[in-house]
Amino acid sequence: MPQRVDFSFDGVPLTGWAGDNLAAALMQAGTRRLRDSPRAGQARGAFCLMGSCQECIVWVDGARREACRTTLHAGMAIRSGTIADVAV
Amino acid sequence: MNGRATDLVVVGAGPAGAAAAMQAAALGVRTVLLEDEAAAGGQVYRAPATTRDMARSPERRQGDALRAALAGSSVQVEHGQKVWSVSGQYRVDVLGPQGPGHWQAPALIVATGALERVVPFPGWTLPGVVGLAAATILLKAHGMAPGERTLVAGAGPLLAAVAVGIVKAGGKVAAVVDLATPGEWAACLPAMAGRPDLLARGAGWLARLRLAGVPILTGHALAAVAATPDGLRATVQPVDSLGRPIPGGAATSFEVDAVAVGHGLIPSTDVTRLLRVEHWFDPASVTWRPALDAGFRTTRAGVYVAGDGGGVLGVAAAGLQGRLAGLAVALDLGRLSQVQHDARAEKLRRKLARAARFGAAMARMMAPRPGQFAAIPADAIVCRCEDVTRAEIEEAAAEGACEVNQLKAWTRCGMGPCQGRVCGDTAAALLAQFHASDRETTGLFTGRTPLRPLPLDQLTGEYGYADITLPPPAPL
Repeated sequence: MPQRVDFSFDGVPLTGWAGDNLAAALMQAGTRRLRDSPRAGQARGAFCLMGSCQECIVWVDGARREACRTTLHAGMAIRSGTIADVAV
Repeated sequence: MNGRATDLVVVGAGPAGAAAAMQAAALGVRTVLLEDEAAAGGQVYRAPATTRDMARSPERRQGDALRAALAGSSVQVEHGQKVWSVSGQYRVDVLGPQGPGHWQAPALIVATGALERVVPFPGWTLPGVVGLAAATILLKAHGMAPGERTLVAGAGPLLAAVAVGIVKAGGKVAAVVDLATPGEWAACLPAMAGRPDLLARGAGWLARLRLAGVPILTGHALAAVAATPDGLRATVQPVDSLGRPIPGGAATSFEVDAVAVGHGLIPSTDVTRLLRVEHWFDPASVTWRPALDAGFRTTRAGVYVAGDGGGVLGVAAAGLQGRLAGLAVALDLGRLSQVQHDARAEKLRRKLARAARFGAAMARMMAPRPGQFAAIPADAIVCRCEDVTRAEIEEAAAEGACEVNQLKAWTRCGMGPCQGRVCGDTAAALLAQFHASDRETTGLFTGRTPLRPLPLDQLTGEYGYADITLPPPAPL
């Protein structure tokens, strides 16, 4: 049976279905801004959902991952994929 | 690193790759099918998420049949495999759930399908703006619409499919905005007559949209999307047959929280560009395609392309192409005589010609119009990864960049993590327009590894500085 589980994005508690695609789960939880672009600092979110555009990159367990290619698990602590302190 | 040998590696378990793998395996070819996703099917036959009880559409039924056939075949299907390099004759490097590995085979079928083209407009980078293909994934896998109120815009048959999907999923469609006019759709009817089932389905979609009271604006294009305190404001305007905004045409705005937009599909040529096979520019679909013979062989011995990766012709053609490519591999590897091969291939080729006629008509409906590129404002972002604007691209063009790889080196357009998959087509079109040259001159981004970004630590595994063996220093 599908299970509702808790997870978080940048410390904000969210809930979703375990086993869902993370990009879809974040969208369903109302979180659309997943990162800021490195040069202009503009808000970005999931765009192609098929592993091509790389716009939905987030930090999951210390690694940068495509949210659309990641499965949601209970307790996942996701951080925005914004790369801070990058000299432009 | 663990490496294993086989006869054939197929990259991509969509309709083409699955059919190719099963055909080859049935003829005694040891076949490994590599797929990034957790289930086979590709985008059209995409499997629903395990968390959902989804309605059974025709695609769902066909996808389930395909997955069952694959499970009952001798094909070795490997899921969760990110193919990041192809080299030699042929070594396919993957990063999978068990870490890095590679496959070695004399034959390689590339069945990586298509990517969606989105011609840039102001605001296309805002969260909440997604591709039409992305919307189909949300609908098929999760039964969810991209937002509560979505504007659906662009070109081609995905428009109606997505709009109806959203309505069925309980979402609202603010409007469907189609570049094409009813007259242009009517002109495709002869080619569509060969597929009365799909024609009827298309008519059913339109009826459903009318019933739901969804406005359909034909001969219109999305001009801009802006963020508002409550969501997004999408502005659309009338365009002529070349996609140019009609001067003085009345713009209409829609308050929405999501926009699904797409301007057709482009063959995914990451692997074929990496292998430096010959490609040709097809002016009818406005796409680059690998050069293929009747057996779907590329210009490099042992490399085949099946499905939309060889030219976008749709799902029916993809399955037939896959089977033909599988037969060609069996012939080339000596598992089938020429006579046996031809007897099997002939019937498939006739069916393919019919499927391709329909697919080519749809590809023409999805082909971008020159006015769409001309209408991109100077300050609009073209390369999303590196935030490169049209003005910056044309500045480089004015300084002499006439080919996309030059442009990449000068502006970083196409140098980001997507490797130009999103911007490459637009950048090349803009360069061609600027110089009044052609797409053969503006070229294609050179294929590079890794084909997808991957975490270096996953490739190296547990590895420390102490593991590095240092050769003794050379004598002075």
